[in-house]
Amino acid sequence: MNELVFFINNVVISGLTIGSIYALGAVGITLIFSILRFAHFAHADLMTLGAFFAFFLTAMFPAVGPALGLPTAFVMLPLAMAMTALAAVYIDKGFYKPLRRHGVKPIVIVMASLGVTLMLQGLIRMFMGTSSRSMYIDDRKGIHRIELPFDLANRPIVLTDPQIIIILLLVVIVIALHLFLTRTRLGKAMRAMSDNPDLARVSGINTDTVVKVTWIIAGSLAAIAGTMLSLDVSLKPDLSFHLLLPIFAAAIVGGVGHPYGALAGGFVIGFAETLSVFNWAVLLRPWRDYLWFDLPATLAFVPSEYKITVPFFILLAILVWRPTGLFKGKVL
Amino acid sequence: MLMKLPMKETLMIVALAVAVLLLMQVMGTAYGVRVLVEASCYAIIALGLTIQWGYAGLFNAGIMGFVAIGGFSAMLLTFPVNQSFWESELSGELGVAVLKLVAAVALVYAVLQLHRIKVPRSIRLPITLIVMATLYLWVVNGFAPVTQGIVSQHGFIGGLGLPVWAGWLVGGILAGTVAYFIGHICLGLRSDYLAIATLGVAEIIKAFLKNSDWLTRGTLTVSPLPWPVPGASEVGFVMARALYLSVTAVLIAIIFYLLHRAYNGPWGRMMRAIRDNELSSSAMGKDVNQRRLEVFVLGCILMGIGGAALATFNGIFDPNGYLPLNHTFLIWVMVILGGPGNNLGTIFGAVFVYVIWVMSEPVALFILNSISYLGDMWFAWEAPSDFSSRALQARVFTIGLIITLVLRYAPKGLFPEKVQHHH
Repeated sequence: MNELVFFINNVVISGLTIGSIYALGAVGITLIFSILRFAHFAHADLMTLGAFFAFFLTAMFPAVGPALGLPTAFVMLPLAMAMTALAAVYIDKGFYKPLRRHGVKPIVIVMASLGVTLMLQGLIRMFMGTSSRSMYIDDRKGIHRIELPFDLANRPIVLTDPQIIIILLLVVIVIALHLFLTRTRLGKAMRAMSDNPDLARVSGINTDTVVKVTWIIAGSLAAIAGTMLSLDVSLKPDLSFHLLLPIFAAAIVGGVGHPYGALAGGFVIGFAETLSVFNWAVLLRPWRDYLWFDLPATLAFVPSEYKITVPFFILLAILVWRPTGLFKGKVL
Repeated sequence: MLMKLPMKETLMIVALAVAVLLLMQVMGTAYGVRVLVEASCYAIIALGLTIQWGYAGLFNAGIMGFVAIGGFSAMLLTFPVNQSFWESELSGELGVAVLKLVAAVALVYAVLQLHRIKVPRSIRLPITLIVMATLYLWVVNGFAPVTQGIVSQHGFIGGLGLPVWAGWLVGGILAGTVAYFIGHICLGLRSDYLAIATLGVAEIIKAFLKNSDWLTRGTLTVSPLPWPVPGASEVGFVMARALYLSVTAVLIAIIFYLLHRAYNGPWGRMMRAIRDNELSSSAMGKDVNQRRLEVFVLGCILMGIGGAALATFNGIFDPNGYLPLNHTFLIWVMVILGGPGNNLGTIFGAVFVYVIWVMSEPVALFILNSISYLGDMWFAWEAPSDFSSRALQARVFTIGLIITLVLRYAPKGLFPEKVQHHH
């Protein structure tokens, strides 16, 4: 049974956590893709930016969290979300909107987003240095050990505060996003614009507002994902580098322009990553005597230094076999 | 008939030449020639990008990967032979492992052809997945003991000891082969997908080169790589680098001539037609995806050659030294600032941007140091200690800013593309 606990700790829980984070990023990418029709390369840096805003706020008010019994950065999340959303709206205003108005090809805006990526990266590193930081200043990461009630397993299931929060938060966000997109006027306008921007415009939808709302949603989700990831691991300036491919892979696997697909894609990528670097030898060890081969100490599909290749190969496989993604994305 | 020299272009080139001469005066001739040689290697890479982006409108975000392949091939082919490895049994075992890989690739290919004998899709997919997973594990387990043995006994497999031009040529061919597979998958899709895929493939190439200690010595780096011309110890720094510069200059001249002919020929016209109006050119019977694949592979070949020339000049193969910032986005700035689709503009952009790039670090550091000095003097402000690493980050910001500004205010670059009309 201990092997099963090991599996739960290393695959189920970490897959759920990283999957939720990828899902939040991928939802933002897919929304931007469907409304503005370009691949927003600076999204992973928006996530990093959100995490740094949360870090700033934590450093300014370190005592808030312990008073409420929650991680300070999480308490500061609404403020960080607002700041990131504002940054996203202004980045759009400063760099993408003029290009859109010029009527350039979408690929030129993609390039501009790469320029924005570099600028954000440069700014963050110039001000914060290149070392990694802990998001906990006055408080410590809460770790819960759940002892299993039966005798066969003597190892506990380990869960941390940020892991619990991100999984619960994702459920709340999904419900809220679903209600927003299907019940509110603005949400319906967004869907209309993603289906047919010209038709949306002539039927009286204020496309500027829709674009702004898209950036606000994408920016807030990016801030949540970035903050929770750096709470769970640590705050690094090169966070974005490790996020960029997975979130794009998740958005494409789910079908571009499909928010629910992006959620599923996030979990597909998250679990694929954790499963491929998982040491299967641990699970097979109880059956060691029945196997026809010698069990090596480590038996993983991919050595962990090649973890970054996993999302890429899933991406390629999807592009070859089903370019529209699992859920038949609209924009191709 | 004497062609009238265009005023603006001539002036800019003269200004650049003066700037380079000034650089040589201030920093010393040897340093100046070094900057020029590196700029010429970057110019070859940039010419590869200008045909992809300028001629055909393809967004390659993974230039670093193709440059790294070029560098790797220059290392593998030209580095002296490691006799102890080839005389040991491990070379035979490595051969067996490679044969396993070839057999596995052949089998996967065969499985992918199952649809030809009318195997239904529902059976095909599980078969493919199972065969691929099994073969993958088989190949990986075939390689693991051999590569570990090589690393522990011989360091790495060493080079092949071939002449330098062979390394550069193979660098181009290898980069082109990788580009063929990537392009084959992504060029039929929306252009954004090519950007994402190339970005990914560059990281994977780097991860592979960095972690394959048996092949590249990984982080230990390989040096010195042999030069195609006499080295500094024989004829002195300035002379050796000048000789190297003449080699790359000849290479650029050949490439420039060929690209110029291609651009003005029917092939170039067709490429521009596809770039400017995909729909109408496919209505004219042009195979759009095939042509794009052609130009993508061609561009990547040039990037491989440029990368090989760069690695040979540096004399060291260091997989960690391949940075997306230097080897992807710097090239992008060179091309979009110089003028996409204009070969002369691209070469101008390469030299111009590279000179700014190398000079920006000392300048930024000087400015930051003065600020911290003044701040310390006037406000007793304690400056952070890692100024030099932060000054480097200012480059990142500047490159990003230049990209966005050029796209916004001068989308055609300093040397706009000139489309000749024949009457």
